[in-house]
This record gives sequence, C-alpha cells and structure tokens, in this order.
Amino acid sequence: MSTRRYLISKVLQALLTLVFVLAFNFFLFRGVGDPVTQLLRGHAGITRQSVEQLQRQLGLDLPLPQQFVHYVKETLEGHLGYSYFYNLPVSQVIAGRIWPTVLLIGLSTLASTALGIWIGIRQGWRRGSRYDQGMLGFTLFTYSMPEFWFGLLVIMAFAVGVGPFPALFPTGGYESTGAGYTGFAHVVDVVNHMMLPFFVLTLSYLGQYSLIMRSSLLETLGEDFIVTARAKGVRENRVLYGHAVPNALLPTMTVTILELGFVLSGVITIELIFNWPGLGLLTATAVDARDFPVLQGLFLLFSGSVIVANLVADLLYSYLDPRVRAG
Amino acid sequence: MSLLSVRDLVVSYPTQGGPVPAVRGVDIEIGTGEVLGLAGESGCGKSTIAGALLRLLPTGTEVTGSILLNGEDVLGMKPRRLRAVRWTETSIVFQGAMHALNPVQRVGEQIEEAIVIHQQAGQREARVRVGGLLEQVGLPPRRIRDYPHELSGGQKQRVMIAMALACSPSLVVADEPTTALDVMVQAQVLKLLKELQRELGLAMLFITHDLSVLIEVCDRLAIMYAGRIVEEGPAQSVFYESVHPYTRALAAAFPAIGEGRFRKAPSGLPGDPPYPQDLPTGCTFHPRCPLAFEACPHIDPGLFEVSPGWRAACLLLDSAKPVLEGARIPGRGP
Amino acid sequence: MRPQPTSTEPLAAAPAAHIEAPKEPPRTPKQIARARRKAAAKRVWREYRKNKMGMAGLIILGLFIFVAIFAPLLASSCGLDPTCPSTGPQLQPPTLKYPLGTDDLGRSVLTLTIWGTRISMTVGLVSTAITMVIGTTIGLIAGYYGAWRETVLMRMTDWFLVLPFLPLAIVLATLLGPSFYTVIFVIGITSWPATARVIRAQVLSLKTRPYVERARALGASDWHLVTRHILPNVGPLIFANTVLIVAVAILSESTLSFLGLGDPLHTSWGTILENSFGAGAPFAGNWWWVIPPGLAIVLVVLSFTMIGYALDDILNPKLRAR
Repeated sequence: MSTRRYLISKVLQALLTLVFVLAFNFFLFRGVGDPVTQLLRGHAGITRQSVEQLQRQLGLDLPLPQQFVHYVKETLEGHLGYSYFYNLPVSQVIAGRIWPTVLLIGLSTLASTALGIWIGIRQGWRRGSRYDQGMLGFTLFTYSMPEFWFGLLVIMAFAVGVGPFPALFPTGGYESTGAGYTGFAHVVDVVNHMMLPFFVLTLSYLGQYSLIMRSSLLETLGEDFIVTARAKGVRENRVLYGHAVPNALLPTMTVTILELGFVLSGVITIELIFNWPGLGLLTATAVDARDFPVLQGLFLLFSGSVIVANLVADLLYSYLDPRVRAG
Repeated sequence: MSLLSVRDLVVSYPTQGGPVPAVRGVDIEIGTGEVLGLAGESGCGKSTIAGALLRLLPTGTEVTGSILLNGEDVLGMKPRRLRAVRWTETSIVFQGAMHALNPVQRVGEQIEEAIVIHQQAGQREARVRVGGLLEQVGLPPRRIRDYPHELSGGQKQRVMIAMALACSPSLVVADEPTTALDVMVQAQVLKLLKELQRELGLAMLFITHDLSVLIEVCDRLAIMYAGRIVEEGPAQSVFYESVHPYTRALAAAFPAIGEGRFRKAPSGLPGDPPYPQDLPTGCTFHPRCPLAFEACPHIDPGLFEVSPGWRAACLLLDSAKPVLEGARIPGRGP
Repeated sequence: MRPQPTSTEPLAAAPAAHIEAPKEPPRTPKQIARARRKAAAKRVWREYRKNKMGMAGLIILGLFIFVAIFAPLLASSCGLDPTCPSTGPQLQPPTLKYPLGTDDLGRSVLTLTIWGTRISMTVGLVSTAITMVIGTTIGLIAGYYGAWRETVLMRMTDWFLVLPFLPLAIVLATLLGPSFYTVIFVIGITSWPATARVIRAQVLSLKTRPYVERARALGASDWHLVTRHILPNVGPLIFANTVLIVAVAILSESTLSFLGLGDPLHTSWGTILENSFGAGAPFAGNWWWVIPPGLAIVLVVLSFTMIGYALDDILNPKLRAR
C-alpha cells in the first residue's frame, strides 16, 4: 500500500474511533439510568412539573436518533453541555484547566522519555550487569506502586518535612496565591510549585520507557546486521549508536507515544493530591460532585487525545521508517 | 605462503548444562589465491568457524587453538589490532538476503563506512569507490542511494559482495552466500564470485551445505560432520571419488545436472545429525553409516591419508586394522 | 544459522526429559491424560522453585492470603467501628499498643490494614475472573472461527484498548454509584481487551498445529477441538496472564477507591488512603496513616507481578526457545 493510502486509512480509522467514542458517551448518559434522576439525586422537593421541565430542557422528549444527531452537532460546535457544579458551560470549565495539565504532562513526559531511553540503552547494552538489574528492580517497584501513594510520600518528605526530610517545596497549588508575581518571578514561582508533581510523574513512568527501550535494543542487537557492522571493524560505540540505536529507537518512540493513556490516568490522582489546577483535579472534583456533563466532556477530551496520539504515532513511524515510507 | 592457518580449533558455546563444543578440533590451511570449500549439514559447525576467524562469536563462547592470519595470531590480538585487521585482511560475505544489512541505512553508506573506518579514503573519494565496487558486482552505481528493502535478494547479495571487497582483502570468507537465493540467481552470483576470485586473485573460504555449488568454485574441499572435518582434499577427488561414507551421501543428495552417476534418485541418509551435547561414541557418524562395523562405535578415527593431500576420517582406511572379509574399501574398487 | 555476538543467552538446554511413567498401568485415555497433566504440573513446579523471583513473590503472596483469611483472628473484629472498645486516642503515632498508630477516629491503623486485605484482594481476584472469562471467550472465538467474527471482535477490542482506563472507569463508576460491586464490575469489563488479544494470538498459532488439523480431519466437533486441544494448551498462558491482571486490578481498585468511587461501607487499602488524604494526614505529617496501606498495595502487587513474570519465563514457548 502506498504511503498516502496508508496515511489516509489511518486517519479514517481514527475518525471512526472518535465517532464510536461519541456514540459511547451519548448512550452511556442516556442508557444507564435516567439522566433526570441523576441530576436531581439528593435534591429535595422534586415535583412532577420540575421533572418534566428538566426533560424538556435537556431535549429528552425527542426520539433517540434525533437526540444523537443533536448531540454530535453540539459537540462538534464545542457545546459540551452545562456543568451542574460550576453553573458554567462545560467547554468553558475545561478550557480554563487545559494549560496547567499540558504543562505538567508535557514536561514530565519529555523528562521520562529522555531519561528512560538513555537508561534503557545502557541497560540493553550491558544486559545482566548490576546497573541493568538495579534498574529492572526499580522499574518493577515503581510499576507496583500507586502513583498517588508515591506522591503522598513525596509530599510528606519534601513539602511537609517529616522526620529527617527537609521541607523544600510548597505543598500544592499552581502558584503562591496573593503574592502577585509577574514575569520571570511568576515563572519561577510556578516552576517551584510544579517541581514535586513533575518529579512524581516523571519517576512513575520512567521505568516503562526504559523497559521498552531495553527490550527493543536487545532485539535489535540480535539481528544479523550487527554482526556485519562488527565484522567490518566498526568500533563498539558506533555499533551501538550508529547501527543498533537508530533501529531500536523506531518502535520505542511509537510505543512511548502510546503510553499517553497511562499518563493521563496518572495525572488525575497526582493533580488531586498536589492541588494542581488542571484537568485531573477537575476530574476528581467532578467525581465528588457527580457533575456528569463535565465528566462526559473530560472523557471525550481524554479519549480524543489518546486517539490523536495514536494517529500521530502511526504517522511518525511511517515517516521515520524508510521501509514503510517507500511504501 | 599460507594466508590462513588454523590449528586444532575448538569452539564451545555455554549452555545451562555446561559448555557444548560446536567445533571439535579443526585444521584449515588456505594459501594465497586458493579457494577452499567447507561443506556439511546445518549444525555441523561450519558457520561457527566463519565467526571464529574474526572473533565475531557471542561473548561467553570459548575458542581455543590457533588462528594465524598472515602469520598473526587472531585469538591473541588486542581489540584495536583486531578491528584494524577485520575487513582489511579478511572480510566476510554474509547471507545478504537475510538481515545482514542495516535496514535504515542506505547501502552505499554501509559500504562507505567500511572504507572510511579503515582510513582508506575520505568520504568523497569513498563514495566514488563505492560506485566502482557496485559496477564490479554488476549493479548500476545509482543503487548507492537505495535502502536494503528496495533491492531483490540477488541484488542484496551483490551488495554484500561489493562490501566485502571494499578494503581489498586478501582472504574472503563466503558464509552461505547463495543459500537463500532462487536457483537462477544462485547461478549468477556463483559466476560473479568465480570471476571476481580469478580477477582479483582472492583466497576464499566458501562455506555452504550444497556440495554441487562448491565444485564450481573450489580448488579444495573439506567436509564437516559434528564439529570435525571428516574428509578433505582436491575438490574433484572429494566430490567424484568420495571416500568417506558421509561425503558420498552428501554428494548424492545434491546431484549435478548432466552427471551420469546421478541419474538415479538421490539417496538420503537415515537419521538426523547428532546434537552437540549428545554425540555418539567412537566415530560420531557410525549410527547413520551404511558401512559401519564393530570397531566403529569404539574408536574415534583421526584423519587417515587416502593419497597425498587427501585425507578422510574413516576406520576402513586404517591400514593397520584388519579388514573384514568381503568388505569393500570405499574408493578402491567395487 | 549464524551465531549472534553479544547475545549472552545460552543455547537451548538438552531435549526435555521423558515424562515420568504413571505408577499403575494406565487404563482409560482420561486417566492417561490426567497422569500426563499431573506430570507436566510437577515439571512446572520444579522449574518454578528454581526461580528466585517467583518464589519470593509466592511467599509474600502467601503471607497476604493468610492475613486475608485469618483477619478476624489477627485483628479485633469490631476494629473498624469507632465505637469499639479497641479504639484509642486519635491520630497517635505508633506505640506498643497500636503498632501502626491510629487514625482520626482512634482506630488502629494495623487493624484497618489487616481488614483492608480482604476487600482489596477480593476485588482484585473477582474482577480478574470477570476479565479472564470475557477476554478468553472473545479471544477464543475470534482466533478459532476467524472470518467476520474475528474482524468484528478484534475491531471492538482495538477500540476498547484505545480508551484510557481511568477516565472510562470513572465515567462508568460515577454512573453506577460507588459500591463494592460497581468497582468489581467496572474493572472487570474494562480490562479484557489485552487478554483477548493475547489469547487470540495463541489460538491462531495453535489452530494450524498438525494435531489440531488431524483431529478435525477425523471429524472432531468444534467444541471438542476447543475444549480438548486448544484450551489445555492456551491454559498455561491464560494462567500467567491472569496473575499479571490481578496485579493491575488491585492497583486500579486502590485508585478508584482513592477517588471516592469505592464502597464507603467497606474498608480497602484505597479507602484508607482516601480517608487519610481527606483528613489531611500527609500535610499534618501523620505518616503512619499513609505509609502502611500503600506499602501493602505495593507488596501484594509486587508479589503478583513477580509470580507472573516467573510463570511467563517458564511457560512462554517463545522465551524458552531463546
């Protein structure tokens, strides 16, 4: 299949998946329990009149297929409903929280990936060494540990200063409230607040990336062309970085992008415990408040991001691998 | 003047049950411009020898014996000297059709790399040389910019050959260079190798499991079984008048078209080659040998002389041992 | 077959020893099969014992299972109730009487952690059972029948795989309302895709094996083929996979509970952490209320993971061949 056709088919597949997500979202809300009951749960003084009014308001008196079309239209226009809790359009609520999460996830993913790849290469090259085994143990440990618990430990150690640990960082938040920092001082302030959640997120997923890179490199090192390179008299360093790593890096990079789903799940609890005002904290508070429209909107956003990330991974791979590119 | 002199080569791989010998004492001698063919079934150790010559075997492999390349002991070389010697004095033509080429690097660059590393030229001059090398193997120079997957099996094999010649080595080891190719392409590549060998006066160690291929190119033939050489001598003699029962079976399994004696169906050998961990006692071939007699399971034959320059490892050749009445001594009459 | 430099992997060991012959002369085919299976299990166990990681995991897991079963004997049975006489002063750091300190209601953290073992492990195991049943069935059908069934099922699987777990679980759990069964259900129905994929791949490779084709040529029914030939061979892989899934399930439960979606009436390690965080324990420096439940999670998940890797090493044919 030619590259162009491959790319187009991948894009179409992604779109199809998005449509399914939309349908899923829609039918979930309508299907499991009556949305009106959801809304009015816990409220006193419900009359039949108010129920009917609400039903009309939500457009629930229309036939189902029509509701779905209406829903898709609304979504595409950016209307994601109205938040129960904040009394604002969901899109507005979400929009205000995007940047802190992008900042946190972006930087920590960059750090985890870069570190993970570097460590994974060293592990694969020196398989079985103490370094390798030590890192494998570390990875096993971080994999078995809930990120939020690790976060709590970090808070106690470096924000509160329990026992021998020094309190170096603020316990939470995005910036020092009321301090009114601007410009460079503001940036420094935000960075200061971001250090601990950044540290927790980076360390939590570092192991996955190093493991992926390690096995990719090990597999590549077993290939025949590595023998050829050595036979030609190429120096070991160059065999590793000139021949092995470029081949091992390809699948690693794409798998790395696919890890986004896990990082998104992790950021929800991390933002909660660090009171970081992003999408994750929004999710946690929406759960508490049973703010279903917001949860729906967030689910759409999260799923959409992962679908787009997968598409990017596919496109990137096809661009970088000459075998796929030439079609 | 012998280019390659291997004495008593033993190569063992580490396993959970202890080291297992894949090569159990092999002697090889190749002089300038001489072509030696090394044949045997899969697992007999011939490819291991190719790897051992330039110390390309996995770490943990035990290699003992002596490997003299132009008089220099390969096994004792320091890493820097080894790297310098690799490719410039001896190069290897791998099975190109498999993954012996870096998939994400253009083939021209891969050949260039060999030249530049050994400081035989700067990058620009190397590129010119690569073009010439490709032409020498029958490929258009524009193929320099191709990636391996854009080439056919035969073309990739030619690239491997061009690469092997890049630093003008005196000895070329060809490790199953035609095995993965179609028959027609096989013939072309063989022809190419023959021509190049003659033009450049190369010494060659030609490794394969297909005897009929070797008869085309080689001056001498050595047949391997279970890590040892069981027959070696002039190519014509070993192929057409094989003395060792194994050689006869091998020769019969790969009939040459047009040869009278192959008009009958090729005869197979019963059984399978032995596991290196589980070798039969005495002569390792005896369980599958049609001429085995009582002494065979008990005595491990060394190489007996058939005629000057021609030896085989079979007890039937030992003139000191009593010959069974009626038994036919292979190669010496009906 | 060219040797690969720098591979430190040993060559395949000598061919496997013969199966031990059953003591009495075998009678029916069923008895032969059973004897053979017992011998195979013994072989696996023998190999497993050599695996240090696997044994360590087994020991730790055994400890936790012991605690879960004998919880009423190990901890005060009303210890979860703040009006119980065993409660003490609130928010106390560890003392002899309360080795892990007390929470904000005066309950012993040790007692809480011991009782939490039951819920966390039960949720992990039951939801995994659901996942395995769904995943195996789908993987079997897709792999065995192929054609349109496979396409449809695999599309579904791929689609499900794309969805990020926690947001999906949150949406479902919020809808269904926090309860013990909600958590089990949600984890169970969101984790099956990975299993389905693994099972299908294995079934595909088994389908073309000669003995399956022979059985089919002899007229064996689909049911017979699946239950007698395919399932027993997929079995070990399913088992290794299951163990790893339990690990993830326990982690997921802790996360969902921490977010408030767990059953408020039951104490699991996740809910203990939820309470401690909600009461501001980390910020007040009450480390004894934060560390133990999390440590318990880490240890149990670690043990399952180590066991899973050990089993994978032993049972996975691809890894053995290397």
